Order: sequence, then C-alpha cells, then structure tokens
Amino acid sequence: MANNKPLKKVDLIFSEAFLNRDELKEVLSRSADEVIQELLDSGLRGRGGAGFPTGLKWKFTRDQKDPEKYVVCNADEGEPGTFKDREILDRVGRKVFNGMALCARTIGAKEGYLYLRGEYRFLLPKLYQILDEFHEDMKALGMDFHIDIKLGSGAYVCGEESALFESMQGDRGEPRNKPPYPTEYGFRGKPTVINNVETFVSALIINRIGAEKYQKLGTVDSRGSKLFSISGDTPIPGIYELELGMTVEQFVNEFGDGDTKAVQVGGAAGFCVPRKKFTDTIIGFEGVPTGGSMMLFNSSRSMYNVLHNYLDFFKEESCGQCTPCRVGCQQLFLGIEAVKRGEKPASYLETLLKLSQTMKITAKCGLGQSVGNSFHSIVNNFREEMIY
Amino acid sequence: MENKVKLKIDGVEVQVEKGKTILDAARSQNIHIPTLCHHEDLCVAGNCRVCVVEQVGTRNLVASCATPAADGMEIRTNSLKVRNARKHIIELLLSEHNADCTKCYKNGNCELQALASELKNTEHMFLDLVERKTFTVDMYSPSIIKDDSRCIRCQRCVRTCEELQHVSALGVAHKGDRMKISTFFDHPMFEVVCTNCGQCVNRCPTGALIERNYIDEVWDAIYDEDKFVVVQTAPATRVALGEALDLPPGEIVTGKMVAALRRMGFNAVLDTDWSADLTIMEEGTELLTRLKKALVDKDPNVALPMTTSCSPGWIKFIEHTFPEMLPNVSTCKSPQQMFGAIAKTYYANKMGVDPAKMVVVSIMPCTAKKFEADRPEMRSSGFKDVDLVLTTRELGIMIRQAGLDFNSLPDEDYDSVLGQSSGAAVIFGATGGVMEAALRTAYEIVTGREVPFEGLNITPVRGMEGVREASIEIRDTLPDWKFLEGVELRTVVAHGLTNAKQVMQWVKEGKKSYHFIEIMACPGGCLGGGGQPIPTNAEIRAKRAEAIYREDAGKAIRKSHENPEIIAIYKEFLGEPLSHKSHELLHTHYVERNRY
Repeated sequence: MANNKPLKKVDLIFSEAFLNRDELKEVLSRSADEVIQELLDSGLRGRGGAGFPTGLKWKFTRDQKDPEKYVVCNADEGEPGTFKDREILDRVGRKVFNGMALCARTIGAKEGYLYLRGEYRFLLPKLYQILDEFHEDMKALGMDFHIDIKLGSGAYVCGEESALFESMQGDRGEPRNKPPYPTEYGFRGKPTVINNVETFVSALIINRIGAEKYQKLGTVDSRGSKLFSISGDTPIPGIYELELGMTVEQFVNEFGDGDTKAVQVGGAAGFCVPRKKFTDTIIGFEGVPTGGSMMLFNSSRSMYNVLHNYLDFFKEESCGQCTPCRVGCQQLFLGIEAVKRGEKPASYLETLLKLSQTMKITAKCGLGQSVGNSFHSIVNNFREEMIY
Repeated sequence: MENKVKLKIDGVEVQVEKGKTILDAARSQNIHIPTLCHHEDLCVAGNCRVCVVEQVGTRNLVASCATPAADGMEIRTNSLKVRNARKHIIELLLSEHNADCTKCYKNGNCELQALASELKNTEHMFLDLVERKTFTVDMYSPSIIKDDSRCIRCQRCVRTCEELQHVSALGVAHKGDRMKISTFFDHPMFEVVCTNCGQCVNRCPTGALIERNYIDEVWDAIYDEDKFVVVQTAPATRVALGEALDLPPGEIVTGKMVAALRRMGFNAVLDTDWSADLTIMEEGTELLTRLKKALVDKDPNVALPMTTSCSPGWIKFIEHTFPEMLPNVSTCKSPQQMFGAIAKTYYANKMGVDPAKMVVVSIMPCTAKKFEADRPEMRSSGFKDVDLVLTTRELGIMIRQAGLDFNSLPDEDYDSVLGQSSGAAVIFGATGGVMEAALRTAYEIVTGREVPFEGLNITPVRGMEGVREASIEIRDTLPDWKFLEGVELRTVVAHGLTNAKQVMQWVKEGKKSYHFIEIMACPGGCLGGGGQPIPTNAEIRAKRAEAIYREDAGKAIRKSHENPEIIAIYKEFLGEPLSHKSHELLHTHYVERNRY
C-alpha cells in the first residue's frame, strides 16, 4: 500500500548551509519581485499552524505605501507539544535572522523584532552573540536593518499575532479586531510581516535552492517539508524534518509504540485523529494542519483526561476579553466534568458540541476559534470515555 | 462615489461612507442588531460578540460593530446561524452574571436584562458559573459601588476611564476565567486615582458599577418630624430628569421637579442655581484680585492662570495628577457646598431653624458630589454642610416611589430665599457656562458695561469642542480697574478629563498662557455628568445643552450680580465678596494625593 511507504526525512532547516555572510549577500542581491515570486511559486505556507501563503503576506506588506514597516519573528512557541522553534534558534539562529533580513529587504523595513517566549530566556546570551555578528554583517553589506529581541511573559494568547504586537508595545496582550490585518496595521499600527521562526528559515532556503526544487517535496496543498515536534507515547520523541503529505498511518508506523490509539495533530488547538481514521487522514492543509505538534497516545491513556487537560489550559489561557472564548472555555471544562460525574445527562455533550461550534464561528481570535477542534474530535471519537 | 460603499443587509441595498461599520450601515436602515460592549462615546471593542452577523461567503460570523462595511458585502442579521450563535452568547453571559435581578439596583434599567427579555432566553442551558466563584463587592467609596458578580467584562468602564478621562483607575487584570475589571493592586476605588466622576457608572450596561444610593436615608429624613429637610437642585438636573421619567431628552422640567419635591415632603425646595450666582460673585472677584496682585503689586506668589473649582471630579483629578498646580485652583467651594454652608448659617437663622436639626439634601447630575459632601473640609457651618447627595437618577426613582405622575404635575416656583437665580447660573450645567457667567459679571465690574456679545450670549465659549479658547479685550475700564486697560483676557474651556489633562500639560510646560481656565470633569459639563439618566451620549448631551441655553435665554435676570437674593445676602450677611465671612464659609483648600 502506498501509504505504508517509509517517511521521507529531509535535512534543510538544520543543515549547515546558508549561514554565512556570503550566502546572505547572495540572497540579498535578489529583487523584491524575484523573492516574492519565488515564495509564491514554492507554495510556502506559514509554519506556525494557520498556513497563510507567505509570498502573499510579504507582497501585501511590500505594497503598502507607509515608509515605516516592521519585520517580526514570532518565537512565542506556546502550543502544547511543540518545541521545534527553540531548537531552530538554538542550533541555526543565524538562519532566522538572515530570513528576516531577506524579508526586510523585500518589504522595505529597517527594524525587526524577535518576540521570544519568556521560558526561552536561556537562549538570550547565544542569540545576542549571533545578533552582534549579524549586525556587523549588515553593516558590511551596507544594509540598514536592525533586530531587537523582546521577551514574552508566559501568556499563550500572545502567540496570536495581534496580541503579540500589543504585548510588544507594552500593552495588555489581547488580540485586536481584524480587519485590518498586520500587513496593513501591525506593530505600532504600521505594516508588518509577522512569521513563525521556521517560516523565515524556509523562505531563506527557498530563495537559495529555488522554488522548483522545494516544490518537489510535499503535495499540491502542502508544499515542502517541515519540522515536527514528536512527543507522547513514542519510543523516539524529538524533532524531525519530514516531507509534508504523509498519512497519520505512515506517521504512526514510524513513531508509534505499537499501541497508538490516537494522535493529537497541531497541539491543544489542533485535531485528534483516532486509530480508525489513521489511514485516510493526511497531515497537511488538505487534512489536519499542524504547526508541528504531534502527540501520540496509547491505549493506557484516558482521552477524557486529555481533553480535560486541554480545556483546563484554554480556560486559563483565554485572554478573557470575548464572551465565547472566556465563558465558553469554562462551560466546556465544567460541562465535561458534570457529565462524567453524572450531574448532567450524556445528551449534554450535544449541547456542548453546539457551543464549541458557536465558539468556532464567533470568537474574536484563533484561540477561541480553535478550542472546538480538539473538543469536537475528542468528544465525537471517544464519546464513551467522556461518559463512563 | 469613491467615498461610498454599497452593501446588502437582509436583502436591503445600503450605501454608506467608507470607514463606517456594518452596524452603522444597519442602523442607518433601522435594522436592529443587538449590542452590549458598543457605546457611541467609546472606541470599538468588539469583545461581547452579541452583534455578530453572517457575511455570506465567509465561514465565521463577523462582529458588526468592529467590521468595516465593504463593497459587495451581503450581510444577514437574523439567519439561523446568527440566531443560534446570539442565543449561545447571551446564555454564556447570563451564566457568569449574577442574574438575581430583583436584588439588583439596575433592575429595569439593565441592557443585559433587556436583551435577555428581548430574545426570551429562559432556557438557561449552561451551568451557573456565579455560584462556583467568589466575588467581591467594593462598597468603600461614598460615590460608586463595584460588584464584580454582575460584571460582563464588556470593558466600557475601562475604555471610559482611559479614553474620556485619562484616569485609568479601572483596568483589566488577570486572564481567562480569572479575568476581571480591577484597580491598582485591586485596592478599593476609594483608595485609588478614581475621581468619582461616575462616567463608568453611566456607561455600565449592568449593575456592576452603580452609584451609592441614599434614597432610604433621604426618605427617613423626610419622615422624621424632628428634622427640617432642605433640598437644592443643581442646574443640569432640570434638563435631564425628564428622561428618567419617560420624557424625551432636552425637555425642561424645572417647575415639575419643584412640584414633585414639594409633594415628596421636603420642607423647603431651593436652588443650587442661587449658590451658582454666589459662586460667580466670589470666583469673579477672586480672579480680578489675582490679576491685580499679579499686574499691579507684581506679587510673584500669585498663581495664574486660575482654574474653576466647581467640578469635584476635576478637583480630585488635579489633586492626584498635578498637585503642584493646586495653587492655581480657585479657592471657591462648589455651588453645592456654598449652598450647604449658607443654608446652615444665614438661612437657618433667617428661618429660625436649629441648624443641628436641618438636613441639606442635594440633587446632582454627579456622583463625585457625594464624595465632595463627605470631604472633611466641608464642615464650615459647624455641621456637615451638605448631608445627603442624590443623583438625577435617584430622584427619578424617588418620584416613582412616591407614586407621582410627573408629567401631569403643575409647574411650581422655588421657595425663597436661596431660590432665586439668574440665567448665568443655569448655564453652569453646560461646558463653558461658568466661563460665560463669570465673564458676564467680571466684564461689567471692570468696565461698567455689559459684555460685548449680542444677547449676552458669549458664543465662542459654547459648544462641544473638547478644548475651546477665547479671548476678550478689555477697553475703557472704570477708574478702579485702570490696570486692566488694554489687557487681552485669555480664557480656555475644557471638558472631559482627557482634555483637561491636555490643557494643564500645556500650562505646566509653558506652551500656552491663559488667565482663566474652566474645567468640567465630564464630557459636555454637568449635563453629561455621571449621575445623569442612562443612556447619555453625544446626541442626548447636545439636546440637554440646547435646553440649558433656552432656559437661560428665558430668564428675566441673566447676570449673577443682578440676582436680588445675592445682593441681599451680601448686604445682610457676607459684606462683600472675599470678605472674612466669605472666606470662612465659601472658600476651601485642597490636598495632595497619591498617583495610583
């Protein structure tokens, strides 16, 4: 069977290539149009999870008339089960900065920021050292671009781009109303490209190896390769760069412990895929998208506990401003407890499923909109575990 | 054409200006979309999500208050998807709201209650979150009570405090299920920078922020045979009370209000307008004295510009924010407190009433007046000068409690003395009014002529612009005031503390120089006060202002110094403005407060 073929492992992100000044000089010599076209051709979509086409994002920002623009790298890696950005920054931090410089040159920005998750403070000395070299190279190359690092303070919602800007500005980290989008109204209200750590690296790589080569990896909807953070019931947890477009079955064959009953793809905000759906579920934008978080659960795990844990997380990490998210998360959390304890009938789960659907279509930002993903996929697939 | 967008709402073609929201567009066609966190005076929040509508072609619903209308949009405000979502959202809000309506002060005037009633949310499908948490009720402030169990986190109060008032006493704290509206380190409102202006109270859609009410205390005083209960009514109450009693905004109800108060059993119905005239005499003279000291005596210790002191919200604001500029504030008490001090001395004596047995009640458009009456400085009669302060809203409630049919009451006149007033006093209720009243009197004192404006209407200081500058050149003075010959008197009027802060910043930095500054804490002045009927918004404020100027124009006496009862009190009791007695009873001092 085709989907039983072994996974294709790739080595682009962490490779030693594209690290030095000459490489940077080479890539910076390309025109903005070339860079954008290359990204569009490559089909690269944001690696943070939402998957917006990177080329379009850069193009929209480039097209803005405002002379003041920003490049922001989202390193607030907060999704439960993902730890790949930490590894990128730790091992090939320079590539991230080079990718940001490429973006800055393309859109016409003079300032860039790395918004670093507070818990990654330990990376600072190393990053500052790399930045010093980077800034020297910028000077040598005659490019006016400077990168600063801002630290987050532990709020999950600050990984949401507009909340991240608010946090960077020193305000309370609450998502904004959209539109306007960051390409038009971002950091300090100026046109801003905000991308995930991995996206900047991929954008750099694509502009070195060419879209054509990159395109060969992956599927029509999910081009290229990406990093996966693999955890849970697996004998070989860790970070792997894999070609996109595999089925969950292929994935489990490689990483499972032989007793996998479900895989949570995309973290707490993502989808839970049960064993019966392993073969026909593709990991990618045509199936279940992921920012990299892959959590495997074997038959010793209670899916009620898994969901309970996620909801506990969401009810605490909601910023609290919009009703569906703030109150909805509490209702889902307490609701499944009430069903489990027999205080509410099993049919109350239907009420909660409808509520999670409302949250999906009415919440102000991606946080509240995605709580329903895991709720739906766990409750629908493991209903008995919720009740008994 | 480029500045217009065309969209379809519920099948109706709508054309609106670019930049308008879907909600604006719907309202222009009288299509009703329910809202909660939205308020005309404030920036868009888009956080309650009650106003979500369906935009055909998009998966998610959109918040109509926060989404700009765009060409070709097709909007459905009442599709099944919208109805189901809206129902859920209201249910969610009710599940975390202490919906014990009959125990709530806002029962009958609550936007959440109205919405639940409109949508007939009787199912209560979700778990009650209120009983699972503990909430605090902050009751330490003499002006405002904050009950977190009734809060729906719409943040109208936070936006009000920050945008309109630049005070930011209220902010959002914590996140998720613990998110709440809080103060600096969750201190009681009484201990933080809160100015008690009550603008948050006026905008709170539920009973989470309410005025501390003294309705029962006032009834108790009225029914106490031993007490002589005097009531005074502030200028701005007479153009707004009607709204609390089902009349349209902008109706002048002075006569009916007097009739109602008399029927409720007050022993004397008197007017804060009278003491507003007294304030002008004192404050106008104080300004001229300061000018004389500065220009003639070259006294370097004289603080100019001088600012008004009628607004207790403004006073507490400057005490917190610009304590170094307190010498610039007029030492005059506000009309409410001048009234109290005179009522328990001059008036008590005249009426043969023991001031110990007198209770002075005031009806104010203001919640800060409750705090002001409680200030330790306000006891110059030997007693608490003003005993109990009610807002316009509380008076509305009492009139209903008394079973009076307000609209069919006859127009009656105030009692005498302390009941007669000039048009200059009425306009105290509008931003720019104190300035205009002071100029009418001061100009005439200095020149012997009326202010050179048609019909005494000093229009440059009127209006709703946040900061308004005006100057008046003084020519052909009387001999006593020769030093003011040719002086251009520079004035500025600001309302809303955000504007006030701006003006004071200019003065502090020496960017602007003025002689006289009028500041009112609330947008629109007292007519937009925190104690006025709910709702209050720009349109309603404009109608109240129009009514105030109508009342002024209709008065026989238009200038404070021509009020016979004012002339009489100086002759019989005070001597002259700024006399020793005046200083004792009518002037005060201020204190420096913390900046948090």
